[in-house]
Amino acid sequence: MSLANVLQIAFAVLVFPGFLFTTAIGLASSWIDRKVSARLQWRVGPPWYQPIADLLKLFGKETIVGEGSSRATFLSAPYVGFAAVVVVSAILWMASIRPESGFVGDLIVVLYLLYVPSLALIVGGSASGNPFGALGASREMKLMLAYEASFLIAVFTLIIKNGGIVSLGGMVAYQQAGGAMLTQGVSCVIAFVVALIYVPAKLAVGPFDIPEAECELIAGPYTEYSGTPLAMFKITKAMLLCLLPVLLITLFGVSAWSPWAILWYVLILVFIILLRNTNPRLRIDQALRFFWGPMLALSLVGIVLAAFGL
Amino acid sequence: MSKLTRWGLKKSPWAFHLNTGSCNNCDIEILDALTPKYDLERFGITLIGSPRHADVLLVTGTVTMQTMPRVLRVYEQVPKPCLVVAVGACACSCGIFDGSYHVIGPLDKIIPVDVYIPGCPPKPEGIIDGVVKGLAKL
Repeated sequence: MSLANVLQIAFAVLVFPGFLFTTAIGLASSWIDRKVSARLQWRVGPPWYQPIADLLKLFGKETIVGEGSSRATFLSAPYVGFAAVVVVSAILWMASIRPESGFVGDLIVVLYLLYVPSLALIVGGSASGNPFGALGASREMKLMLAYEASFLIAVFTLIIKNGGIVSLGGMVAYQQAGGAMLTQGVSCVIAFVVALIYVPAKLAVGPFDIPEAECELIAGPYTEYSGTPLAMFKITKAMLLCLLPVLLITLFGVSAWSPWAILWYVLILVFIILLRNTNPRLRIDQALRFFWGPMLALSLVGIVLAAFGL
Repeated sequence: MSKLTRWGLKKSPWAFHLNTGSCNNCDIEILDALTPKYDLERFGITLIGSPRHADVLLVTGTVTMQTMPRVLRVYEQVPKPCLVVAVGACACSCGIFDGSYHVIGPLDKIIPVDVYIPGCPPKPEGIIDGVVKGLAKL
């Protein structure tokens, strides 16, 4: 690999469309989230620079490691989750910007790397030595077990529909040739609904903010985190807020790098915000029952329909 | 403290609410100050649950024998730099409980206090004014 190649990849991962670009969109989205929530409650809401001020402050604060925590694991967990999301951001955007640049199976890599921030949260929360952290980590684990199955089946539905293309770039090219996945049959619409419900669960917002339930668990896995590690978790979450809608657009709506993608993105974001503001938090058993009951049944109906070519 | 950190601290003070034996009067006023009517999120102020995330420690009530070790622990759990605000007459000067058998003293006898907000209870406007004045000191 030549030096120019290495520099090109480093630029793609760290600046555009990776870390900096995704973080900027993610922070802007998190501000929109807070502002719209405020307007829904007849408030004015925070100024546009609020997420940046939060981060700058956290970077300047002291980092405290609790006595009962396992120091190395506790401090490295946020960076592991962050690194995984940075890689996802580069792969995911590149699939839309240059569909031919991907590799076979990058969809599977992205799906696996999306597990890592949740795993980092579980590991960090458990390593913090705080009962609230441990409880939050156990809830995050159960939530992960709940939402992943139906989402993966929704993704399989798409792969059956497009005739076995497992690369993101290939899926984008397939849709550019034959129209958005969403318009290609009932099974894809069902898969989209399932994937749409997956987004707030993965972000742990809306009715699914079970792991960090602030009125029961203080802050769940984040309870013991302060200063820079907490800021890393905040950045990871902001990037995920940008990347999950982008993943949905790549899978269902042709390409994330087109004017239409902005409309898609705003609609998905508005859906998340409205769901968050109009629904009380579910209990963990209710969430588990919801995902393993109706959602799994729906996604199975979708995959059967896809097998019949609908 | 760098300029950026100071700016961030002023624009995003997260408050932790600690009751050290108050009669609940000041606590209700603090919650009033956080309602949509006053909308403190305009200034980036949010109430958080963990002292590890806190920038402002709002303490209400006299420090009693029972709560003294807890006050110390919570203060040590807050990452510095932080602002300690004594809300109400009891936290400032023990109020009507001065001289009681279970009272150790006002808050500044235990931990360093940056802002005193008198009143029994102080109005929400008074609490906001106190926090703003304290942030200007940073």
